[in-house]
Amino acid sequence: MKRIAAIVPAYNEETAISAVVNDINSLAISNQLLIDVIVVNDCSKDSTAEIISKLNCIALNLPINLGIGGAVQTGFRYAFENGYDYAVQIDGDGQHPASEIPKIVNLAVTGGFDVVIGSRFISNQGFQSSAMRRIGINYFKWLNRMLVGTVINDSTSGFRLINRKVLESVVEYYPDEYPEPEAIIIYSLNNFKIGEVSVTMKERQGGVSSIGTFASIYYMFKVTLAIIFTFTKIKFKK
Amino acid sequence: MAKIQVIAIAVSLLFLLYIVRLIIKGKLREEYSIVWIVCTIVFIVFSFWRNGLEILARTVGVYQAPNLVFTGALFAVFIYLLHLSIVVSKLHQQNKQLAQEIAVLKNEFTKKSINQQAINQ
Repeated sequence: MKRIAAIVPAYNEETAISAVVNDINSLAISNQLLIDVIVVNDCSKDSTAEIISKLNCIALNLPINLGIGGAVQTGFRYAFENGYDYAVQIDGDGQHPASEIPKIVNLAVTGGFDVVIGSRFISNQGFQSSAMRRIGINYFKWLNRMLVGTVINDSTSGFRLINRKVLESVVEYYPDEYPEPEAIIIYSLNNFKIGEVSVTMKERQGGVSSIGTFASIYYMFKVTLAIIFTFTKIKFKK
Repeated sequence: MAKIQVIAIAVSLLFLLYIVRLIIKGKLREEYSIVWIVCTIVFIVFSFWRNGLEILARTVGVYQAPNLVFTGALFAVFIYLLHLSIVVSKLHQQNKQLAQEIAVLKNEFTKKSINQQAINQ
């Protein structure tokens, strides 16, 4: 049976984190999946560290704040070093319902995908994010298509699964801030097979978004630059 | 010797002394001090040899000697800033890697000490 690492990055998530971890654990039991929950506490200022130490999970406490990308990469590192077959990323704020995990895992196993992305925009059900955010998502969709030709409907979704082959590559390099759209470019250029599956997401159950209003302009600019640089870097290597 | 020469030399020497003090106290690494020491020496040389600047400007085709100073200094500052950005980026990368290793090791350590407690009981 495949061993799955559920990586939950958490920054100041004391209100939502225990529900997230418990949901994944009970799903693992009811679906007979071998899932270990790995919570990466990104140097939270609240009681997240204390809460996760009492939960049934592997707690990785970062000594300094690395940002979402660095936190997730910590989980990837652990999963790779400890021989997991798959790693699935699940946000610590409760946006990603554990009940959708089997769908994602199934597509990876049956479809032979290296990367499976849980997308909000295939069946357009559940929480759809704000209008501004959707403009950004469409922009990245367009940018992806222009550069690598792959169409990913929800390139900012953090609800995604990668296999061991991809784990090896992301331990080497994974973007720091706003990593999701850039990671897709890296996966495509490395010829990993990317699949998308429709999932229903919820509105965040606690905490604040990692992207504020003003930050969104910076986000678009920074990610565009990062994508273009990563694109040229990998293209020229080949 | 003109008054301004004395002032310039004195200031340069004080600056050089400060750099040396920083290195001795371990607050500045030698590799980052080289550029400052070289700058100060250049400053001192031209403070003594006032015509030197004029001659140098003429040879490279700059009519106003101060313009050469501004251009040269600005260029040097830009290059040095770029160098510092590179250093910071490298430190950032290493820092991230260290933090991740620490998080994994802390987890390992806690697991081991819990096991140890269980054995002791």
